[in-house]
Amino acid sequence: MSDTLVAWDDVLASYDPALGLEVHVELNTHTKMFCGCPTEFGAEPNTQVCPVCLGLPGAMPVVNRKAVESAIRIGLALNCEIAAWCRFARKNYFYPDMPKNFQTSQYDEPIAFEGYMDVMVEGEIHRVAIERAHMEEDTGKSLHVGGATGRIHGADYSLVDYNRAGIPLIEIVTKPIMGSREKAPLIAKAYVAQLRELIVALGVSDARMDQGSIRADVNLSLAPAGTGSLGTRTETKNVNSLRSVERAVRYEMQRHAAVLNSGQPIFQETRHWHEDTGVTTSGREKSDADDYRYFPEPDLVPVAPDRAWVEELSGTLPENPREKLERLQADWGFSDLEMRDTVGAGALGLVEETIAAGAAPQAARKWWLSEMARRANDSGVDIAELGVSPAQVAAVQSLVDAGTINDKLARQVFDGLLAGEGTPEEIVAARGLAVVSDDGALGAAVDNAIAANPDVADKIRDGKLAAAGALIGVVMKEMRGQADAGRVRELIVEKLT
Amino acid sequence: MTDLIRRTAAQLADALAAGETTSVEITQAHLDRISAVDGSIHAFLHVDAEGALEQAAASDARRAAGRPASGLDGVPIAVKDILATEGLPTTCGSKMLEGWVPPYDATVVARLKAAGLPILGKTNMDEFAMGSSTEHSAYGPTHNPWDLDRIPGGSGGGSAAAVAAFEAPLALGTDTGGSIRQPGAVTGTVGVKPTYGSISRYGLVALANSLDQVGPVTRTVLDSALLHELIGGHDPRDSTSITQPVPDLTDAARLGATGDLTGVRIGVVKELGGDAQGNEGWQDGVRQRFQESVDLMVGAGATVVEVSCPMFVHALAAYYLILPAEASSNLAKFDAMRYGLRVLPEGIVDPSAEDVMRASRDAGFGDEVKRRIILGTYALSSGYYDAYYGQAQKVRTLISRDFDAAFQQADVLLSPTAPTTAFKLGEKLDDPMAMYLNDLATIPANLSGVPGISVPGGLAEEDGLPVGIQILAPTMADDRVYRVGAALETLLTDRWGGPLLDRAPVLNGASS
Repeated sequence: MSDTLVAWDDVLASYDPALGLEVHVELNTHTKMFCGCPTEFGAEPNTQVCPVCLGLPGAMPVVNRKAVESAIRIGLALNCEIAAWCRFARKNYFYPDMPKNFQTSQYDEPIAFEGYMDVMVEGEIHRVAIERAHMEEDTGKSLHVGGATGRIHGADYSLVDYNRAGIPLIEIVTKPIMGSREKAPLIAKAYVAQLRELIVALGVSDARMDQGSIRADVNLSLAPAGTGSLGTRTETKNVNSLRSVERAVRYEMQRHAAVLNSGQPIFQETRHWHEDTGVTTSGREKSDADDYRYFPEPDLVPVAPDRAWVEELSGTLPENPREKLERLQADWGFSDLEMRDTVGAGALGLVEETIAAGAAPQAARKWWLSEMARRANDSGVDIAELGVSPAQVAAVQSLVDAGTINDKLARQVFDGLLAGEGTPEEIVAARGLAVVSDDGALGAAVDNAIAANPDVADKIRDGKLAAAGALIGVVMKEMRGQADAGRVRELIVEKLT
Repeated sequence: MTDLIRRTAAQLADALAAGETTSVEITQAHLDRISAVDGSIHAFLHVDAEGALEQAAASDARRAAGRPASGLDGVPIAVKDILATEGLPTTCGSKMLEGWVPPYDATVVARLKAAGLPILGKTNMDEFAMGSSTEHSAYGPTHNPWDLDRIPGGSGGGSAAAVAAFEAPLALGTDTGGSIRQPGAVTGTVGVKPTYGSISRYGLVALANSLDQVGPVTRTVLDSALLHELIGGHDPRDSTSITQPVPDLTDAARLGATGDLTGVRIGVVKELGGDAQGNEGWQDGVRQRFQESVDLMVGAGATVVEVSCPMFVHALAAYYLILPAEASSNLAKFDAMRYGLRVLPEGIVDPSAEDVMRASRDAGFGDEVKRRIILGTYALSSGYYDAYYGQAQKVRTLISRDFDAAFQQADVLLSPTAPTTAFKLGEKLDDPMAMYLNDLATIPANLSGVPGISVPGGLAEEDGLPVGIQILAPTMADDRVYRVGAALETLLTDRWGGPLLDRAPVLNGASS
């Protein structure tokens, strides 16, 4: 059963979107939100648990100070006010992956509130208002075994891993983003990308969307164009890549428009995003009548961050993103267009790290925006999650700079990196990719080329050096690409002039 | 051995220190007593004879090596079944947790173990501490040693009855609305609810987190002070635990035991058994014993003022919103997914997780628990929160203000602990309101967090059953309840010519 969609231009002709983003950031504290259990990703199921995070009778939570610190730093970086006094609350609902059947979260007293982030889309700044950033604990993870869909319905049985239960989360909620029109999908993507970069710069999370350490929920509604009103929203859960954020917004806009055009109401509900098929499907219905029976957590005392501490933390913030962009552009000597493309590709941090690892700015930009962007697009993943690190890109470029390989061979090195064949140097050695710098072998190839193309050789002898290109191509072909084209040109010119 | 079981904890500690007896002898004597009488009392849900004797032997070895772990090293104790004990069943008096053995110790239990007190076993209680009679235990009621047809109070009837029946010299209880003090009153024993936050709640299976407090159940005020000092003090695992050190309680108890109350200002709370309206439910014999205690204290140098705490009349209503609200959330974890009772629903093929949760909670919880879960869920529901839970929290603040004002006029406040003596088993089981009213005098202390004690105040004339006198002090002034409590204890035992429990009927072991 597939949804009816309205063509993109028709959506915009009739409706204005309102966008809202809820991003969960899993903090990289060494211990959980309310107990001393370790938080490492990928441990054997149910090995990082204790009476507290298993919610055993009698166990009590204790707030992780480091998590509060991270929450405050995130709040400050988002230009939020930091609460002088706030409490945790219980969000009550039953689910097998919730050990206590309530989530210890914050409700009407978030640690940070009323902030904003300036998001750059196609060279323009859009100010996204932040409603709140609050602390909460993660739930366990359910694995539904059997059945066709991997979902709870139809499964033969379910397993629950409580290692994730109690991992500290910060939930960052925007105010409704209005007036974004056709840019809504891009603004959504850029917001999450920039938020992710901010989180990386703060060093408070692994910030891996593929591992779920950043998870985005996309709220979307449509209202008749020009009315400025708010329609009924849907909440699309766990949109776990930047690319999907953009696609999910676009999809929901087109789907909402179709439903509304048919005269039907939008149901306020949770939608599931399907990465593979690029569609959303209905999840459980969620209405304002959903009653979590929030009340202040009586086992915890209020969090009242000392003002001096908050002041001290504000001194640890990364550079203001806009100023940083200007500084980087100047440092790197990028044009406005180059800078905009870098940001738009979600590659700013990657380029920055690659340059920091020793690559020249233009080389770094070139690899990420062409080769890596193409590969990411082909495999339908975010560029950051392709599996090639900035350090590796810099290492490959340094091999190019040294003349060991050329750009064409470098692509094969990336193949090797993605296949897990070792370091760039190891791949060059194992695949025999190094350019031939032995003038004897090259010289023989050049001689062969001259002999086989006497008319081209004559042109060069007559001073038409541009004709050398044809001979270079022949030589490179014979060397199966493993030659430095510059050196080949030198040899040809030497021999013929 | 009868001699050993009738001694106080302080006396047993002295005997151990003097080398007159051993912890194994003492522990065995209490285990024998349990074997003899618990068939008719049913104070215990689980007796750990083997474990207790092992701990006793270890205690004797420490003492022989000249390294006792504490002043009470070797003195056995009973623990209410709501406190987590590693390796020992912890059922909270509920079918829901039948057979559950915690993998960890409550902080207070860990402190008992570190101090060398052998743990005799786990005591009976109203299911999840909901009740005032121990009749709501899923494992059957506890009987009052003074009259086996009567209730021992609740929820900690098991701890109080165990101490009153000489099955244990010491016990731990928990007090959410009077669950230590009211059983103390109706069994002629001493029970203390310490200042909220002064004793760790880590490992106490929460009934109502903002009201619960662990405390001592003993036969003398001094014994309570000794136990309180041992288990008190800050615990980093309990965020609500107070960091200030515990005041010197045994010194206060010893000072009080001189019987001198010169300069102490006693406030009699008009709304709690005094002459205010709405006091019709107070038994005459209770009020007589109370007046007698006040007179004795005046004779010992105290001055008396009548104080009014007008907001106390709303305490019961506020309590029965806050408690069920917190409890409804606390008890959500009992869903049959990880531990405890699991019941598969009948007539459902391939039941879902929700089906199993529903069937298990239906089968595992008793009526009183379900009643309070429903009340609490309702009180927290959106649209009702402000009117119920929010309003109740405001009442709570006002009650604290009443206390503050009263403590301007008086050093301690005095009232009967409970409006009546022990009622008959079954008498109020079908009338929850009548049952709730039993905690009228004890609840205000939980709502505001102040400490309180119940000491035996004699026997009511009309039924010959024990009456308790409650003494309340300001937050963190626990030493005051010990000083004044010990003074009243001395004045009364001097008058009686011995402890009140000497006048309790002698239990024979025939029914065991």
